[in-house]
Amino acid sequence: MASSRRQFLKKALAGTLAGALPLSALRFVSPAEARASIGNAATRWVFLVDTTRCVGCGFCVRACKRENEVPYDVPVSRTWVERYVVTRDGVTRADSPNAGRDGFTDPRIRGESIPNEAITKAFFVPKLCNQCETPACVQVCPVGATYQTNDGVVLVDRSWCIGCGYCIMACPYGVRFFHPVHKVAEKCNFCYHRITKGLETACVAACPFGARRIGNLRNEADPVTRTIMTERVAVLKDEYGTKPQVYYIGLDERVR
Amino acid sequence: MVHGLEWTTKDLFVYPNEFIYWSIQIVMYPYMTGLVAGAFVLSSLYHVFGQKDLKDMARFSLVFSLALLPVALMPLMFHLQQPLRGINVMMTPHFTSAIAAFGIVFSTYGLIVVSEIWFVYREYFANQVRVLEGRPEGGGLKLLGYRLLAMGAYDTSDAALAKDHKAVKILAGVGIPVACFLHGYAGFIFGSVKANALWMSPLMPVIFIMSAVVSGIALCMLTYIVIMEWKKLTTSLARGRGDTSVQAIGGVEIDVITKASRYLLGFLVAAITLEILDLVFRGYTAMKSWDILRSVMYGKDFLNIFVLQYGLGNLVPFFLLLLGRLTIRRTLLALVLILFGVFMMRWNVVIGGQAFSLSFAGYMHYHLPLLPHSLETYKEGLLGALTVAATPFVLFWLINKVVPSLRYE
Ligand code: SF4
Ligand code: SF4
Repeated sequence: MASSRRQFLKKALAGTLAGALPLSALRFVSPAEARASIGNAATRWVFLVDTTRCVGCGFCVRACKRENEVPYDVPVSRTWVERYVVTRDGVTRADSPNAGRDGFTDPRIRGESIPNEAITKAFFVPKLCNQCETPACVQVCPVGATYQTNDGVVLVDRSWCIGCGYCIMACPYGVRFFHPVHKVAEKCNFCYHRITKGLETACVAACPFGARRIGNLRNEADPVTRTIMTERVAVLKDEYGTKPQVYYIGLDERVR
Repeated sequence: MVHGLEWTTKDLFVYPNEFIYWSIQIVMYPYMTGLVAGAFVLSSLYHVFGQKDLKDMARFSLVFSLALLPVALMPLMFHLQQPLRGINVMMTPHFTSAIAAFGIVFSTYGLIVVSEIWFVYREYFANQVRVLEGRPEGGGLKLLGYRLLAMGAYDTSDAALAKDHKAVKILAGVGIPVACFLHGYAGFIFGSVKANALWMSPLMPVIFIMSAVVSGIALCMLTYIVIMEWKKLTTSLARGRGDTSVQAIGGVEIDVITKASRYLLGFLVAAITLEILDLVFRGYTAMKSWDILRSVMYGKDFLNIFVLQYGLGNLVPFFLLLLGRLTIRRTLLALVLILFGVFMMRWNVVIGGQAFSLSFAGYMHYHLPLLPHSLETYKEGLLGALTVAATPFVLFWLINKVVPSLRYE
């Protein structure tokens, strides 16, 4: 009955190898990877935010929620607007109630009233996913559900995301969240379904003051590209090396 | 319902999408993984480095690390928003991600543990088959089970057993780096998140490995004590208190525990040193993020970090073990405190790392859901964590029925 031990060991080893091989040979192409080839290299979508024009009306936030089916009454949003108030004593206060969806009609910041004469500076800053050139979120996604298209937009494959939240942790800008209905990672994608059809993003279309604009960095004639190339623009949190592609006009050192 | 809303409160300026997304299960994940790695390292001390005094403990910790193994996966499954898709990690591993390696490292490690146990118990399986076959009424299901386990290798000659020992030694040797890797990369999952000022540290993997070994050894010692005490109790009930076998059990127990506690102390010192080095380094280099880190560490989380983790979880048990003439009761207290301390370390890393906003201008507080009122508050609440913590003991009880690791001759 006893088979020789050596033989047994050999067989066991062969069996293990045979069992392990298919695992590595078998490489499914996820829908994400297949789709990552979309977009073309003649386009690099970028965004330009003019903070000097934003009045904090929140039209963009509302439009975004409707366009992208992010439930209207939850406290998360693909884009949001922040308000900054700097007082004479050098203190900066910031807030973004309800992501700025309803505008900033209340002069109080988190319940605190600040007398007008104490204010030296006040402004609004819209934020959204920066569609980074080297996105930390794509780097860490264990299944490749978050991926970058050829034209520079970072997308999330809703059918493949396992909902681990690693990308949410990795994004230095805090733009990601879990979609309350689909239970997968969610974020701004520059309205990819619109821009690839030649339309503007919902927020750009909704902004009455031209504070938001989208453009193609590869097209030198594009007015957005011209502004980025010739004027003083800045990006957020450059130090993380993600190379954000949302450019700001009139960015203040206090904005984080 | 927005994920995280249930247990997060915000203070000052926090970005709208920020919540405590990694909750108690992500505390449990490195904790349980650490226990697996630590239990294995303890068993290898005997198999590889020939620390004979740990023989009893070694076999037990090996089997216990097998019971802990599947439990390292549980917190992840509890935490995923799409648990049914967990397998996607194996199907599309995305190698720039630290989590993607998990499946591979984990299965490699699992294979090593299972094969090592097989070699340790092969002789036992073969003997079982022989005994059961000899029975006139037939071995039944049990015989079939042991036959399957023996996998046709019934040779129990001295030469064959020597080969078994060699195989165990090799597997245990290979297992040490893999176990360290398994846990080191759990530290890497955090240490590589550059967006998080608290996690971002190349020391993170090493700190994780050290505290893993500490917690693994502590848990094995603790479980060992409990089981031996139970044996003492049942034996003394059966044979009377003064019976020699009761005293023999007690003698073996304190012997093994004293020896194991020396290793524990060594690893404890290494773990604390690394953590303090990290702390000092951060304060000394004082990056831009230091302001908010300091406000969390020395302010909001002071109790958690310095009182509970370092004080109660490290310092007190350190002295308890260091004092001469170790008693079982004192060791027991020290072990519980050490396990608590390592848990607090994981907690302070995972929850503490999310305690401040990426705006560096606000804070978030985590309120552990105590009583569940939905699947989510069960999974990511106290009960979910307790479920995870209890599972290895159930598994160990089951596994121990097949491969008895605590037979006492
Ligand atoms: S802003 Fe964040 S989510 Fe957007 S691409 Fe960059 S890292 Fe990814
Ligand atoms: S939550 Fe989804 S998209 Fe984000 S890292 Fe995990 S699997 Fe990838």
